[in-house]
Amino acid sequence: MSLHSSSPTEAVALAGLDLAAPKTPAQPVAVRLEGVRRVFGSRAVLDGIDLEVRRGEFVSLLGPSGTGKTTLLRILAGLDRADGGRVEVASARSVVFQEPRLVPAKRVWQNVVLGHVQNRVTRRLATAALEEVGLGRHVDVWPKTLSGGEAQRVALARALAGEPNLLLLDEPFAALDALTRIRMHDLVAQLWRRHLPAVVLVTHDVDEAILMSDRVIVLSGGGIRFDARVPLERPRKRGDAGFAALRARLLAELGVASPEAGGHA
Amino acid sequence: MTVQQPAPTFLASGAGQPPRGVTLDLVDLSPRAGQTPARSRFGKTARFASRALVPALLLAVWQASSNLGFVAPEVLSSPGEIIAAYAELIRTGELQAAIPTSLARALTGLALGATVGLVLGLFAGLWRVGEELFDAPLQMLRTIPFIAMIPLFIIWFGIGEQAKIALILGATIFPVYLNTYSGVRGVDQKLIEAARVFGLSHGRIATRVIIPTALPSILVGLRFAAGVSLLALVAAEQINARSGIGFILINANQNQRTDIIIAGIIVYALLGIAIDLVMRVVERLALPWRPSLVLA
Repeated sequence: MSLHSSSPTEAVALAGLDLAAPKTPAQPVAVRLEGVRRVFGSRAVLDGIDLEVRRGEFVSLLGPSGTGKTTLLRILAGLDRADGGRVEVASARSVVFQEPRLVPAKRVWQNVVLGHVQNRVTRRLATAALEEVGLGRHVDVWPKTLSGGEAQRVALARALAGEPNLLLLDEPFAALDALTRIRMHDLVAQLWRRHLPAVVLVTHDVDEAILMSDRVIVLSGGGIRFDARVPLERPRKRGDAGFAALRARLLAELGVASPEAGGHA
Repeated sequence: MTVQQPAPTFLASGAGQPPRGVTLDLVDLSPRAGQTPARSRFGKTARFASRALVPALLLAVWQASSNLGFVAPEVLSSPGEIIAAYAELIRTGELQAAIPTSLARALTGLALGATVGLVLGLFAGLWRVGEELFDAPLQMLRTIPFIAMIPLFIIWFGIGEQAKIALILGATIFPVYLNTYSGVRGVDQKLIEAARVFGLSHGRIATRVIIPTALPSILVGLRFAAGVSLLALVAAEQINARSGIGFILINANQNQRTDIIIAGIIVYALLGIAIDLVMRVVERLALPWRPSLVLA
């Protein structure tokens, strides 16, 4: 995809067309949604969502507050039920929430293998997962002794310990300080490349979405308003012309008029 | 007041800024030499002394007023006489026999009551059916002061050990039930949701997430119940006690031995302190993950 030379809007438009021919058709499908509806009271938060995500694909969900991003993620996680349509998701899936959600009464390694029998074998599994997120020395500590960033890394280790085919990230960086967030971006990108699950990331942060994902989806009015591949080479830089163009386009889709409004929509 | 020249500032107006050339009123908060170590060196003994001062004074006044004949010994025995009463009780072996008897009553009642309270609390906390079945009746029964039940318990269980244990049992159910129930219900729903995502069965969610997280609250209930068990013990031992501290008190009452009565009351108080200390140790051992308790 050498779209850098074309004009910014064109690049995005072309990228949008790119969706018709997925980059990796060989990868198995991890998410398949057809006409998914979710109604709260009389309001359809999700109204006819069609979506297919394949293993190895990193998809970001953007959208103004209340547009059903988190509802969609909860449906994918199996924590919420759709009112209509078809929902098929990989059975091996895990979630990282905005908060770490660690059990305070369990040691870090026990939290990592919360869903498994807890013995020497799973302790080794947990240790390996913790080493991957750089917390190999915190295997036996209590969650309350961890900083916010460390606790979130434990949550990431817990999500990866089950070797998921689908990793759901519900604004996992939102509560972190700016420096920790940058480190977490790198860590998640690195772990994604190593394990290649399908990733669905819900975020408010346009820059984060462009930086990390293969594909950005904007939800609005109960449907998918915008769905495009990110036509930029990795590693991506915020200063690139293509980056700025895509950011401006996404901000426009999100209803933020001025591109100077920054990446934190 | 003269109109100031606007300062070269990015603020729109200079309002709120002090006039130039006038120093602000600064407060010196820098540490003074030798202040902190001195405080920690003398602080401990000084605090202990000031805490001990009033009790020591009261004891002295108490002893003096007895010595000077202001208070008759049959109304209030002097501290010296109470110590002598302990010596007497130990010499006759009454005290050594009474404490284990009374403690056994309290602990038996507590163990039974706490078990019932724990089971009901878990049942009502974990299952909606349990809540619907038990919560309202227990909340109603809770409002009855357990001492009011004594006459009924005597009719039901007689005047022997059974009635005493039953009273302590009845009194200790509620603190454990209430705290277990609210502890289980107070577990963050988000944690339970996360556990569901990671594929934990209902049973495992209960044993790995809910009960360990609710344990601090359960132990608070147990500690309350331990205190209540002693209260109930005192009340229960007024029912025709033939052994235990209550027996010593009833005898002393009949013999007008104020010194022994006060000695017995103090034994109850000491038992209360001992049980509370044990409960604190239990809490500390059972909750190593709570930083506040580790530091306490």
